[in-house]
Amino acid sequence: MTAHAPAQEHAHDHPTPGTYAKIGLVLFVLTALEVGLYEFTFGEHAGPLGHQIQPFFIPLLLALSAVKFALVAMFYMHLKSDSKLFSGVFVFPLVIAAAVIVAMIALMAYHWTFSRSG
Amino acid sequence: MSDHAHALETSTGLDSRKLAIWTFIGSECMFFATLISNYLVHKGRSLVGPFAHEPWTDPATGKVLEPIIEIPLVTVGTALLLFSSLFVVLALYGAQRGNRRMLLGWLSATILCGMFFVGMQVYEFTHFVHKGLTLQRNMFGASFFVLTGFHGTHVTIGVIWLATMFYLALRRKLPPERSLNLEMAALYWHFVDVVWVVIFPVVYLIR
Amino acid sequence: MATTALDQQHAHAAAHGEKTGLWSWLTTVDHKRIGILYGATAFFFFLLGGLEALVIRIQLARADSNFIDPDTYNQLFTMHGTTMIFLAIMPLSSMFFNYLVPLLIGARDVAFPRLNAFSYWVFLLGGLYLNAGFLFGAAPDTGWYGYANLTSRQFSPGPNVDFWNMGLQLLGVASLAAAVNFFVTIVNLRAPGMTMMRMPMFVWMSFITQVLLLLAFPVIAVALILLMFDRFFGTHFFIPAGGGDPLLWQHFFWIFGHPEVYILILPGFGIISEVLPVFSRKPLFGYAAMVFSGVFIAFLGFGVWSHHMFTTGMGPIADTFFALSTMLIAIPTGVKIFNWMGTIWHGSIQYKTPMYFALGFIAMFIIGGLSGVMHSSPPADLQQNDTYFIVAHFHYVLFGGSIFALTAGAYYWWPKMSGRMLDEGLGKLHFWLMLIGFNLTFFPMHILGLNGMPRRTYTYPKELGFELLNQIETVGAFVLGLSFLVFLINIVKTSRLPSNAPADPWNGATLEWTIPSPPPEWNFDALPAVVGRDPLWERKREHGGALPEPRAGSGAGIHLPNPSYWPLVTAFGVAGLFVGIMMSPKWGPWGIIVAVALLFFGLYNWLFEEGYSEFRTPSHGGH
Repeated sequence: MTAHAPAQEHAHDHPTPGTYAKIGLVLFVLTALEVGLYEFTFGEHAGPLGHQIQPFFIPLLLALSAVKFALVAMFYMHLKSDSKLFSGVFVFPLVIAAAVIVAMIALMAYHWTFSRSG
Repeated sequence: MSDHAHALETSTGLDSRKLAIWTFIGSECMFFATLISNYLVHKGRSLVGPFAHEPWTDPATGKVLEPIIEIPLVTVGTALLLFSSLFVVLALYGAQRGNRRMLLGWLSATILCGMFFVGMQVYEFTHFVHKGLTLQRNMFGASFFVLTGFHGTHVTIGVIWLATMFYLALRRKLPPERSLNLEMAALYWHFVDVVWVVIFPVVYLIR
Repeated sequence: MATTALDQQHAHAAAHGEKTGLWSWLTTVDHKRIGILYGATAFFFFLLGGLEALVIRIQLARADSNFIDPDTYNQLFTMHGTTMIFLAIMPLSSMFFNYLVPLLIGARDVAFPRLNAFSYWVFLLGGLYLNAGFLFGAAPDTGWYGYANLTSRQFSPGPNVDFWNMGLQLLGVASLAAAVNFFVTIVNLRAPGMTMMRMPMFVWMSFITQVLLLLAFPVIAVALILLMFDRFFGTHFFIPAGGGDPLLWQHFFWIFGHPEVYILILPGFGIISEVLPVFSRKPLFGYAAMVFSGVFIAFLGFGVWSHHMFTTGMGPIADTFFALSTMLIAIPTGVKIFNWMGTIWHGSIQYKTPMYFALGFIAMFIIGGLSGVMHSSPPADLQQNDTYFIVAHFHYVLFGGSIFALTAGAYYWWPKMSGRMLDEGLGKLHFWLMLIGFNLTFFPMHILGLNGMPRRTYTYPKELGFELLNQIETVGAFVLGLSFLVFLINIVKTSRLPSNAPADPWNGATLEWTIPSPPPEWNFDALPAVVGRDPLWERKREHGGALPEPRAGSGAGIHLPNPSYWPLVTAFGVAGLFVGIMMSPKWGPWGIIVAVALLFFGLYNWLFEEGYSEFRTPSHGGH
């Protein structure tokens, strides 16, 4: 793995400002969807359907956020067209981070449920 | 005089400074992961109100404290931060092509959005304090202010960094050969935005 | 009279107006000088930590002893642990990262020389901060792991905990900056032909260590920040009365703390993997397995942390999970041991001092690993935890492991760094005294622990029958101290000799032995092209024997980064920030404001330093 080339030139498939703007719009729409989903499920005018959705709220919300995250990372941060090394350097800590968050929630929830002082 | 003539030959062909900022960002993922887990484990563990999404009646005084979270204001802030990511990408696009007007225009838009976001947070914090939420009041206050406060500090540092880039661009010290400096600032800015993409639903929307 | 490498350097320095003296050290950005700074500072703190241990041992030599009072005892064991981990072992490893990684990969310096200097200065200031508590009779006293809620304002009203908190935060900043630097250096500045799988094993282990630092330190940074908020701003993260929980601290601490122990041992593993092949005249056995086992240990190291918490009642599922993951991590460690044995097997053993320490390492580390595996069983650990059995374990792996390995490295690379050979006789005496002293001190702790002697307790009653073994341990500790005295004598005695060590005194395999001892400032006249592992052995094979003694060129036309004092200034700004936070009850925000101003002043001058071409300086492409 020793490419002795000068510092990397920009890829020829460089997105245009128009593409970036479109992604910006998508991000805005996704945010609106997140808020809309919240209002639909828990808002003042939430109806019976909103109530039924409640168990799915968190997964749906996190899915929307994940898409936003990926869009910013892949396009604005240029990971899609840059060297995979950058993606690796970003994704590996993310995986560990996610694992730590999940583990902490599980461990502390158990601790507080089953320890006598609660 | 092009920097590329003197460009470092590196084992990967990638610029060391760009690799450094990504490495730093990777490390920061763990920083925010710890802050976010701290927030999540303490969720629902407040002994007294005010709470995030439900009202609370003080048993001693009978006074009702409204839920703290106000969706409209923070949604505007979230949108601003997202758009600021778009703007800085456009600024970088201009910088890489030597389009000084594009660079200056979009960069100032980015900085303005960033400043508005920080302003919104400051307003939000003071407003929440008026509603009875402080660091000391309960676990929600403590974990909320620490998480969003550290995020806001990162945004502030980003604004200062971008403002420095703006100043350089104004003094014509940000030609295409030096655009990596802006790219590094932009990557940091996008990261700060992406952390907010996680914080916004986790703190404000999840009940 | 033959001109030595050092003579050549002085001639070059005189010709190029290079300075010697204090100012040149304060402004240096040369990785070799920074390495020496780390080494000297770390060795000083190591002796300080050792002194703290000796006082502890005097106290424990007698039952019902009042040589020191309980509060002082708490400060001593806290500072001993904190000092040895953060101010001795880690910076001793940093000495080797700094001095050797660029040489081993065939580079002129690290990727960011000024950031490198910054890391050292912040480390120094952090070490001083941590020890500043002694000046106020308030050294940290809540253990090196600072468990909540002993560390809360309620139970620790004095500033002891704050010295610990702020000091560690500073050290964290230093480590993170260095980790970014070395990560990029190893990935990006390798000589042409040196693929990742041709890197010397010390470089691989250093690389993995940097990844661990990057991922683990932010976690403790947050934990310390949360503690700071509890103590200064009235939050209740770890305070049950307010809705918090002390157990949260333990989780956050050990999510950092377990990777930290791999940070402490992996560089040592790397050193052993350099020393054994050279002194067995055989290549390292199973290079790929050594790489992958290191990676596996690091990755898995993030999944075992709660084995430090088996006695907190986490429940059977968590206990089982962490027991299994802990047992699993013994496997890649075992692979390494077997591969080291495979390296020595049928080798032509050279019985020199570095080899003695390397062999001692293997034996001592195995013992430490065995007790570690015993702790991995939660029911067994229920008895072992908080007893001297644990103290025995971690001293076998940290002293018998890390310190033995670092000492092997010191003897191995001493000629390269100083241009002088250390005395073999004194070196071997050092080894035997250290081996005997070490085992006398720490082996009986296994027995005492199983018999119930608790940790962190300033004395014990005579009836428990612990006294005889404790006395033996104290004698052992003084023998250990003596062994380091021998080392010091060796250093002083040989420093009087002319610095004319050969470039390659040990018949080495790697690139650092191709350049004079000590190397010129620019390291290599022409950057080497690498065609395999053990590049120097390749060259000797092709040449049909030993290579002629290299003479450094003039260094003409080689651009090096200029010295700078801005990293030092910025470091003061960072340190000032933590002083400001700690003094905020008295000073309000002003300390913080002044410090931040200094930080920005230093940083901006650093970034916009006139005529500085650090990044445009080719540290590659010899010309």
